[in-house]
Amino acid sequence: MATAVISGLAGCSPRSGDAAPAYSPTFFSADEWAFVRAAVGRLIPSEGPGPGGIEAGVPEFIDRQMEMPYGHGAYFYLIGPFQTDVPPSLGYQLRYNPREIYRLGIAAANGEARKAQGKTFAELPADAQDGFLQGMEKNAIQFATVPAPVFFSQLLANTKEGYFADPLYGGNRGMAAWKWIGFPGARADFTDWIDQAGRAYPYGPVAISGARG
Amino acid sequence: MTERRKRVDAVIIGYGWAGAIMAKALTDAGLSVVALERGPARDTSPDFEYPRIADELKYGVRGDLWQSLAKETVTIRHGVNDVAAPYRKYGSFILGNGVGGAGVHWNGQLWRASPEDLRLRSHIKERYGKSAIPHDMTIQDYPVTFEELEPHFDHFEKVCAVSGIAGNLRGAIRPGGNPFEGPRSDEFPTPPLPPIEVARLFERATAELGYKAFPIPSANSSIPYTNPYGVRLGPCNLCGFCERFGCFLYSKASPQTAILPILVDRPNLEVRTGAYVTKILRDNSGKVATGALYIDDSGAEVEQPADVVILSAFQMHNVRLLLLSGIGTPYDPATGEGLVGKNYAYQMCAETAAYFSEDVEINPFIGAGSAGLRVIDEFNSDHFDHSGLGFIGGSQIYAGGTGGRPIDQMMLPPDVPHWGAGWKAGIRKHYRHSAPLGTLGTVMSYRDRYLSLDPTYKDAHGLPLLRITFDWHDNEYKMAAYSASKMEEIVRVMKPEKHATLVLRPGMAYDARIYQTTHTTGGAIIGTNPANSVINRYSQSWDVSNLFIYGASAFPQNIGYNPTGLLAGLAYFSAAKIRDSYLKSPGPLVPA
Repeated sequence: MATAVISGLAGCSPRSGDAAPAYSPTFFSADEWAFVRAAVGRLIPSEGPGPGGIEAGVPEFIDRQMEMPYGHGAYFYLIGPFQTDVPPSLGYQLRYNPREIYRLGIAAANGEARKAQGKTFAELPADAQDGFLQGMEKNAIQFATVPAPVFFSQLLANTKEGYFADPLYGGNRGMAAWKWIGFPGARADFTDWIDQAGRAYPYGPVAISGARG
Repeated sequence: MTERRKRVDAVIIGYGWAGAIMAKALTDAGLSVVALERGPARDTSPDFEYPRIADELKYGVRGDLWQSLAKETVTIRHGVNDVAAPYRKYGSFILGNGVGGAGVHWNGQLWRASPEDLRLRSHIKERYGKSAIPHDMTIQDYPVTFEELEPHFDHFEKVCAVSGIAGNLRGAIRPGGNPFEGPRSDEFPTPPLPPIEVARLFERATAELGYKAFPIPSANSSIPYTNPYGVRLGPCNLCGFCERFGCFLYSKASPQTAILPILVDRPNLEVRTGAYVTKILRDNSGKVATGALYIDDSGAEVEQPADVVILSAFQMHNVRLLLLSGIGTPYDPATGEGLVGKNYAYQMCAETAAYFSEDVEINPFIGAGSAGLRVIDEFNSDHFDHSGLGFIGGSQIYAGGTGGRPIDQMMLPPDVPHWGAGWKAGIRKHYRHSAPLGTLGTVMSYRDRYLSLDPTYKDAHGLPLLRITFDWHDNEYKMAAYSASKMEEIVRVMKPEKHATLVLRPGMAYDARIYQTTHTTGGAIIGTNPANSVINRYSQSWDVSNLFIYGASAFPQNIGYNPTGLLAGLAYFSAAKIRDSYLKSPGPLVPA
C-alpha cells in the first residue's frame, strides 16, 4: 500500500510558492481587504525566520472561505432566540455567521482606530496594530456590534487555518507553513516508520494536489 | 398527505454500528428490513478516498462527516433551574451522520467494560458500604453479566479485526496485556502495532513505576485480516487522518469496512438515506409499535409500517425520539419519577501536554485513533482500593497523539504567545517534540442530570430539540484530580523539558466549547424491571415490546472506557435472543 500511495503522486510537479498571482478579493471590500491583510501580517508576521501569513496566502484563504458554506454559517445552529446572559461555557450564542462577524468586526475596528488614533487599522504602524489587536483580544477595546474578542478569535482561528490547511484552499502557499514546522501534509502513509519510533522523519510534505514540498 | 410505504417485518432507525449489527441479524433470520438513515449514503470509495480524505480543514475542523448543527442540535444547561442555550457550534462532543454514523469517524478504541462496571451499585456497596454512594447518585447494576456478554464482545472484536494483547486469557494473567480485564475466551484477532514514540516513552516510564502498560484495544487492524463475515480489512499505516475522518485503507473498522459489504446485495434489506425519523408510531393501545414516520429529502412525510422497530440512532437521538413519540414517562428530577431521559452521563477527561527537548523526535503526525497508543488500567473502575479517597470510579491513563494535525492538534507550552513572532517561533520549536497524555474517566449518574425536550428551541422541522442538563459533581472532581496526579507522576518520569496539565477542578463548570469526548450516555437505561429502566436485559422496551433500543443510551452510568464495545455487546446479546426466542414467540422477553 505504501508503494501505491507514493507512486500515485509521481509525475506531479512541485508548485512554486514564490510566484503567486495577485489575488482580488470576492467578499471583502477594498477597505476590509486592507484590514485583513494588515491584521494577518501582525498575527503571523513576515519578519524573522519562517513564513508570514501574507506570503502564505492567508488573506486569500479567508476571502475564499467567506464564499463557502462555512462563511454563510452552514455549519452552525443560527436559529433564535439569542440569549445574551448565558455562561461563556455554553459557547457561541450570537446570531452572526462568519461573514457578518467580519463585516461588523472590521467596521467596528476601523471606527475605533479612527476615533482613538485618527487612522484606520491598516494605516497604523505595526506596534500600534499589535496593541490594537491585543486590545481586541482582551476586550479592552469595546465594539458596539459583535464583541471584540469574538471578532478577534474568529480572525485568529481563520488565520491559523489558512496557514496550516492544504494549499487547495488558497493559503499555506507552497506548503510553506508545513515545511516550517515539519508536518508532512497529506503523505498519510507511515508504514515504513511503524517500527522506527524515535527516528526523525526525513521527508518533506506533499499536498492533496500531489505537489511536493 | 403522508405517503404510506409497504409494510416490512422490521424497520431500523439509524444505520451506524448498532443498526448494521441488527440489520445483519434480522436479515440473517429472513426478515424483510428497511433501514432508515437520515444522513447520506457513504462508503470507503468514493467518500474516504486518498488523497482527498487527508484534508484537515474539511474533515477535522469543519466536520464534513458530522451532523450539521444548522438543522438540528441540542441545548445545554448546567442546572435544573437554568435556561438552556443551544449548542450552536461543535465543541464538547461530535454527532455522527450518514451511513456508518459516528462509527465512520471514531478513534477505534474498542474496549470491554470491567466485570464490576456491570454490577456497579452492588459492587460498591459490598466493598465500601452503602454510605460510599451519595444519596443523589443514581447508579445501578446492569441486568446482564460480563460472562453473558463475553462471547459477544469476542465476536465483535473479530468483526472489527481488533489489534491487542489479551491480559486475561480464560483466567490466566498474561504479560503485555491488561491484567485488570475480565477473562477473555480468546486472544485478540490481530497483534498490536508497535508503540509510537510517546507511547514508547510511556511504556518505559510506567514500567519503572511498576504499572502494566498495554496497547489500547484497537479497531485499527495491524495485518490483513478476514473477519467472521468474510470481509477483509487491511493493515493500518498510522496515517494520522483517523478519528474525525473515514479510513481510506479499510483498516479502521466501521460499519462500511466490517459489516455492510455483506449486506449490500441482500434482497430483504433496503437502506433508505435522507430519512429523518420524527416519530415511532404505535397502535391505539400504545403498547405496540406500528412503524416509523419520517421526512424524506424532498420534504415529504412518509410512514414505514413494520412489525418490529429497532431504535439504533445515536444515544441522544434515541432519547429524543422516545420523547417526541411519547413512549414511556419523561423523567422528572423534582420527583425522581419517570425514566425516559434519566441518568444522562458523560466522561471526565484530563490532559497533560509534554514538551520534550529538540532531540526527542516525537513525529506527532505518525499516529492513529488507537493503533500505536499505550495505556494503563491500574486507576480505572474499581481496580484500586478507593477506601478513604472520597470517590468511586476512575480513569484509563493513555499516551499517544492521533495525527499531530497542525490546525487542531498543535501543542504549545503556556508561555508561548497565541500569535505574533513568538507564536511563529514556538510552533517550529515545539511541534515535532510535543505529545499528549490523557485520562478518560467515569462519570456517575445523578438525580439532577438528565435529558428532556427543550421548551423553546426547535429543529429545522419545528420539532423540539433535546435538552441536556449536566454539570460535574464532587465525586468526579475528586476522581479527575486523583487520575491526573497519577498521570503527572508518569509524565515526570518521562522527563520532558516541561509539561502542562489541564484538569477540571471544583468551580469549573462543564464547558461545552472544548472537545472532551463523544461518549455521552444514558437516557434510555437498561435494568431489571420497568420501575428502574426503559429497556430490559434484551434491550427491549418495557412499554412497547416490539421496540428494541440500542446504543450508549442504555448505560445506567458511564464507564472509564470508550463505549462502542459495550454497546455492541449488548446489541449482539439482544440479537441472539430475538433470533432464538422473540421471532418464534413475539412478546415481552422478561416478565415485568
